[in-house]
Amino acid sequence: MFAQQDPNLIQLNSAGQLKHFLTTEGLSRELLTEILDTADSFVDMSAQQVKKVPLLRGKTVVNLFFEASTRTASTFELAAKRLSADVLNLNIKTSSTSKGETLKDTLMTMEAMHSDMFVVRHSDSGAAHYIASQVTPHVAVINAGDGRHAHPTQAMLDMLTIRQHKGDFEPLKVAIVGDILHSRVARSQIHALRTLGAAEIRVIAPTTLLPRHIESLGVKVYTDMNQGLKDVDVVMMLRLQKERMQSALLPSESEFYRLYGLTEEKLKLTHPDSIVMHPGPINRGVEIETSVADGPKSLILKQVTNGIAVRMAVMSMSMSGQMTEHQAQQGGV
Amino acid sequence: MTTNIAIRNGRVIDPANKLDTITDLFISAGKITAIGQAPDGFSADQEIDATNLIVSPGLIDLCAHLREPGYTRKGNIASETAAAAAGGITTLCMPPITQPIADNTAVIDLIEDLAKQAGNARVLPMGALTQGLKGEQLSPMYALSKAGCIGFTNVREPIRSALTLARCLEYAATHELLVIFQPQDAELAAGGTMHDDTTCTRLGLSGIPESAETIEVARCLLLIEQTGVKAHFGQLSCERSVKMVIDARARGLQVTADIAIQNLLLTDENVSGFDPNFHLIPPLRSQLDRAGLRQALLTDGFQAICSDHQPHELAAKQAPFAATEPGMTGLETLLSLSLMLVQQELITLPQMIEKLTSGPAQVLGLDLGTLTPGSLADICIFDPEQSWSLTEENHRSAGSNTPFINYPLTGQVRFTLLEGQLVFQHH
Repeated sequence: MFAQQDPNLIQLNSAGQLKHFLTTEGLSRELLTEILDTADSFVDMSAQQVKKVPLLRGKTVVNLFFEASTRTASTFELAAKRLSADVLNLNIKTSSTSKGETLKDTLMTMEAMHSDMFVVRHSDSGAAHYIASQVTPHVAVINAGDGRHAHPTQAMLDMLTIRQHKGDFEPLKVAIVGDILHSRVARSQIHALRTLGAAEIRVIAPTTLLPRHIESLGVKVYTDMNQGLKDVDVVMMLRLQKERMQSALLPSESEFYRLYGLTEEKLKLTHPDSIVMHPGPINRGVEIETSVADGPKSLILKQVTNGIAVRMAVMSMSMSGQMTEHQAQQGGV
Repeated sequence: MTTNIAIRNGRVIDPANKLDTITDLFISAGKITAIGQAPDGFSADQEIDATNLIVSPGLIDLCAHLREPGYTRKGNIASETAAAAAGGITTLCMPPITQPIADNTAVIDLIEDLAKQAGNARVLPMGALTQGLKGEQLSPMYALSKAGCIGFTNVREPIRSALTLARCLEYAATHELLVIFQPQDAELAAGGTMHDDTTCTRLGLSGIPESAETIEVARCLLLIEQTGVKAHFGQLSCERSVKMVIDARARGLQVTADIAIQNLLLTDENVSGFDPNFHLIPPLRSQLDRAGLRQALLTDGFQAICSDHQPHELAAKQAPFAATEPGMTGLETLLSLSLMLVQQELITLPQMIEKLTSGPAQVLGLDLGTLTPGSLADICIFDPEQSWSLTEENHRSAGSNTPFINYPLTGQVRFTLLEGQLVFQHH
């Protein structure tokens, strides 16, 4: 009857280039590697005195944040500015939707301002897909986190950080720890790690914080952190929202910390050269012990730096993909 | 007004009488008077050539939301019954989710008046089982039944207290009223937008586990057994649910069940592209569930197939998946989608017609859904081979929210008669 829809139908152009960046799922290893390579070149550039390139000069990027985020919004803004774009930041939650305007209304208003790119964060899974399906051609959409579905730029900055420290993905055992159920980051990380060939991906959480059939994404499931951390090369911690305690998913912060918090003691179970990551902002003493967060294995601040480079990469690649598509269509007329 | 109609040379299929033959059918004064030989002195005012067409009883749809009163931005009784007529449906049952809620006779009277004015199809309102569907106080079921309610349901609104539910069922049993369940445990389903399985996990949507349905089915069955009420389960989506109903029937309980056609054809994997047209409650379930539901259809686990028609205005589906309103339109596609089950050789054409006519009539305890001489002349005449598509231009329902829009369909209604009156003719 209806075929299962390929997630790339919407985010790739006819030449197979990125034109939106909505999810890491289904993207080829080559394309993910291209994102990492492009990001690497921007990492070097950011260390130079002049930090700007003209790749998005004359383009207008609109940060459409329907959900509060300081860190992600800031890095997207900085990334767009380093690409020489004009940037408009909109915190929609406190403006138009509270006046009864629909998402489509907001989108049409923004489009009427001749925007070239929307960076979207929204509390509903699939929101970025919806927006990408509604925008006029030649407008790129970058998913900055949608519901529990995807946070692809976060996953790619994690991949960049891993590659910088570990090189090859293929021998790696990676553990993702914490609230997998509500985590868009975990889903995007899992898709990216699988495509890049990581040897083993583990998820570690109590059953209340694990989605049903999570193993269908190609991961091994552990509910015991001591078993799950054994010999892993990369530990990726997730943020735990405080409201999970109220919704009866967990008994208390202290019990979660005792069982799933990353302490110096537990870290000893991992490979001696292991690295520790966290998408931030961190809850010290809930997900991670302060000495681990600030310790030699922690790459948490490095992730933030890499976030700008990765966002520059996907913004420039998506805009380029849109322009290629546009030129192909013009040529075809 | 035309009173005598002869339908010539059609393949007349009437599962209630195990009839399947090419013959003529005669109508006088709104009733079927004869099959085969014209009654003495019969003179046709109108003749319908049904050569190569199927002549069946008018379809009976056990669940169709008509949106009036209260939600006319989505549809109204005139528009939706016109869609029903175009789909060969002559009788439909309407859940009490109206504004105001159908828990008082004034609303029932209004619905019946509007349906009579439209004149396209017979509308049988379901009454609210509890006042305001709040799950607390019994509705005036007896008065509502006298006003025309065919049965009583709390739809998917919770009745949290088992004691209150038991009293509702006892009261309904006292007056021999039919109770209709659309089983869903509100807490287990809370916030859920699709079946809780691998696709749900991948998409990061909130899931509705099978237990949200099966636990409520189990609770209802235990109380049905305790109270002896006659009950019907509408739009089951899980294999285990229908198995429980079948077991209960084997134990002697008066329980029946129906299924929405989409749950026999689609699965949760269809949601993979975030298309809001697949946002349905009950949700599309797993392939295993679908296989089990199809098997149950074969073994008479389900007495009826329904549309679970839920038209929406455009804006209701123009949002990210989880933020859209659930439901799809289905009156105009019920027959063609059901014919897919025949094309897939799951059931025969007469079996399919049974699930759309005499089966639902028996659930309701009504003398409808048959071509027996003397019965009301509710008739659907359709071409089982004709290809067509429901499009944005040709649909009659106020809603076009269905994944089957522009989808190649087979089996087109040519004529629909309601009590001997032509209420639809395909041009």
